Amino acid sequence: MKRVLKSIFMLALLLIYANSYARSISFLGAGSTFAYPLYSKMFDVYHDMTGIKVNYQAIGSGAGQRQIIARVVDFGGSDAFMSDAQMSKAPAKLLHIPTALGAVVMTYNLNIKGKLRLTPAIIAGIYLGKIKKWNDNRIKSINPNLNLPAENIVVVHRSDGSGTTFIFTDYLSKISKDWKRNIGRNTSVAWPVGIGGKGNSGVAGLVKQIPGAFGYVELIYASSNNMPMGYLRNSYGKFVYPTLASVTVAANIKIPADTRVSLTDTASPNGYPIAGMTWLLVYQEQHYLGRSKAKAKAFVKLIWWMTHAGQKYTKPLEYSPLPKSVVRLVDNILQSMTYDGKPIIR
Amino acid sequence: MEKRLKVRQIKDKLFTVVMALFSIAIILPLFFIIFYIVRNGAVEIDWHFITSLPKPVGEIGGISNAIVGTTELIGIATLIAIPIALFTGIYMKEFEKSKLAAVVSSLTDLLQGVPSIVIGIVCYLWIVLPLRSFSLLSGSVALAIMMLPMIIKSTYHSLKLVPDSLKEASLALGTPYYRTVMKVIVPAASSGIITGIILSISRVAGETAPLLFTAFGNPFMNLNITKPVNSLPLLIFNYATSPFSDWQKQAWGASLILIIMVSALNLASKIMEHKWKTTY
Amino acid sequence: MNQTEISCKDYRLRNLDEQGSSTTRKETLFRFFLIAAAIISVSIVMGIFVSLLFGSWKSINEFGLNFIWSSTWNPAAKQFGALPFIIGTLSTSFLALLISAPFSFASAIYLSLYLKNGWFSGLLKFSVELLAGIPSIIYGFWGLFVLVPIVRSFEIKLGFIPYGVGVVTASIILAIMIIPFASSMASEVIKLVPQDLKEAGFAMGATRFEVIKNIILPYASGGIFSGILLAFGRAFGETMAVTMVIGNSNIIPKNIFSPANSMASVIANEFTEARGNLYLSSLIEIGLLLFIISFIVNAIGNRIMKKMTVKK
Repeated sequence: MKRVLKSIFMLALLLIYANSYARSISFLGAGSTFAYPLYSKMFDVYHDMTGIKVNYQAIGSGAGQRQIIARVVDFGGSDAFMSDAQMSKAPAKLLHIPTALGAVVMTYNLNIKGKLRLTPAIIAGIYLGKIKKWNDNRIKSINPNLNLPAENIVVVHRSDGSGTTFIFTDYLSKISKDWKRNIGRNTSVAWPVGIGGKGNSGVAGLVKQIPGAFGYVELIYASSNNMPMGYLRNSYGKFVYPTLASVTVAANIKIPADTRVSLTDTASPNGYPIAGMTWLLVYQEQHYLGRSKAKAKAFVKLIWWMTHAGQKYTKPLEYSPLPKSVVRLVDNILQSMTYDGKPIIR
Repeated sequence: MEKRLKVRQIKDKLFTVVMALFSIAIILPLFFIIFYIVRNGAVEIDWHFITSLPKPVGEIGGISNAIVGTTELIGIATLIAIPIALFTGIYMKEFEKSKLAAVVSSLTDLLQGVPSIVIGIVCYLWIVLPLRSFSLLSGSVALAIMMLPMIIKSTYHSLKLVPDSLKEASLALGTPYYRTVMKVIVPAASSGIITGIILSISRVAGETAPLLFTAFGNPFMNLNITKPVNSLPLLIFNYATSPFSDWQKQAWGASLILIIMVSALNLASKIMEHKWKTTY
Repeated sequence: MNQTEISCKDYRLRNLDEQGSSTTRKETLFRFFLIAAAIISVSIVMGIFVSLLFGSWKSINEFGLNFIWSSTWNPAAKQFGALPFIIGTLSTSFLALLISAPFSFASAIYLSLYLKNGWFSGLLKFSVELLAGIPSIIYGFWGLFVLVPIVRSFEIKLGFIPYGVGVVTASIILAIMIIPFASSMASEVIKLVPQDLKEAGFAMGATRFEVIKNIILPYASGGIFSGILLAFGRAFGETMAVTMVIGNSNIIPKNIFSPANSMASVIANEFTEARGNLYLSSLIEIGLLLFIISFIVNAIGNRIMKKMTVKK
């Protein structure tokens, strides 16, 4: 028995010893599932380059916001920007740092030739439960060439708190007064109709499998699964197909210094109307909970790399890179990050 | 009369057949599950798969971090659980009549029934929030709490099997009480105790729910107990529910490895039970 | 055993040289260790309960008993009611019990009354043990990729919306998972029936079926009830396998093919993302409910089991 206790004790010592050795710099992030393929690529490359380990777990944008407020992660990932009220719950000032642009696309499961054309009124009508059949006149009149079946529309939405939902409901709130009044914009809302899928992949899976289904997912999930996407009429009256280019164009608006802006239904003539940014959420003052200065420096360097050299990994993975104007804003934000009140980089 | 007997016999035969059919039917899901996992998993497993770290989507990586992480989690959980559970089990046997022993007994029964996700919540509140990070430690504590009732019970029952004569003989020889317990009674029950420990390890090795908000996951290798760590069940969950088909394939490979690990532990406990069985 | 005996003597001899007081001190220390361990074990369980209670205080204060009766789960409006999850958990668990009952009952009877030995009973026992050892995440994974498409094709034939995931899929997976447990519980109970009673039945010329129906079942009914209760206790707290196939829809299921959500899986899904204290507190309250139900179910089940054992 003594021997067992002794060996247990030795093992514990060994662990503590191993512990002190494993003190190299590493970061923990969590949040947005949309940004996950991009981040996992970036952090893998960054580890090979610098040896710094960045652990990113895709648990949803809502979770990313919650965990950075609880300060149990080094950064949160979110496709939804936080409101002033939400930010006031954090123990210190939070910064939003955009890393890429994305689009929410409308995808469907219909046996038709050609691509579906959609107007804001049709999407709002379907998600409010007012348009129930695919051969409804409101859809038919926009798509005279398509042979739309008399099938029920099976509405699919997200079951978890998600930035994708935030972007989508933000769009619906802008184009439909009814939606804005009764449901509103959030990472998760009380859906009037439909069934829920977990994560972008869950929604994509349901739409793929259920005949007559209609759902919203991030661009990369639709294109990597070869799912059809609808043309959308933007505020200029133009029908736009979701592509990297039309998303980038949508961001051609005046973006505020803290980058907290909605990119849905923008006034850009060729822009795709349901676009959005994905952000890193970090604390402006990096000296908290015993963080070292070296760690703070390495952290800012990491973000600098992601928003500059690292941007070359966006396009191969079907994200739109940050426009030059946004990168300039990012530079300012990074320069405003401090350690003990002093800027970390100049 | 003759006819009634016939009817009764036919009823009996029919019943036998139905029972046999239902019994055979329960082997089917097992067969299906093992078949799918071996068929889909075996092709994924090679040296590279076991020894390399995960890669971004589209590149072929491995699951070494999860294998090491599971080992770390189980190892530390066992280190935490054994001393508490062993001494609690001894207490229950040695102070059987005390009120505290009765409380311990009913609370261990209760703890065994508590859903694992609840233990995950509690460890998030107890360890993750105060330490300000998801961590290997918090995951290990969650698993240790789940191991406690199993080890306490098996220790108690094994100790009960040791005949009182052995204890009396030792005490009569003038051996102090604590030595009698630690050097005579516990060693005499050791096969049962160790079997219980191994079984409890095999039970928690596949646990996912309590690790969701504690161990959290990590694409890298991690030896630091204050940092998050990956585990095989967590990796299977994340990969299986991902939209990427090569990750789903890797999840089959990881499942096969997990099943082999758990079955090996189960087998070890069976062999031990059989071989070391001491009868009095 | 030899080794122990030697070391025993060894210690006795050494003990003669030692001071009596040091032995007493060690004795006290040893007792202290034992009691400390027992107290730690007790306080862990108490601590779980207290932490859950404190964590859910906000939600208990805000909603009171309404929490259990309200069917709205709307984080945006800060309205939280657990009814959809309670119904999801109850319906999947009961359905799973219903599906698994004939199988676990049959295998228990078969193993304890018909085939006590032989390769088939060996295979059966081995299978049941292996089934019990498979981690729940693997059941969920297998269910998602194998069972869900099968259920979906049935739903298309029956004219339901072909979700594939939903109450019925979760129940089937749960049923497969609790069969080993329920089966071993049932064998245990059947073994408790006194041999004399069975033999008396056979001596009267009863067939095996009649002995089972008229003697064993009535005698074991209490045990079977507690077995069902304990198997239910297993099913309702299961998290991962259910989360992967139940559909994660926070509404009350309309029929057995509807997607739903269970108490454990809503925690797994939303615990990390719950923003705002009330949201988090509501999830912890669901955890508290799980804890309380498991307490009640196990207390009743174990009490009946113990009574049965004593009766014998």
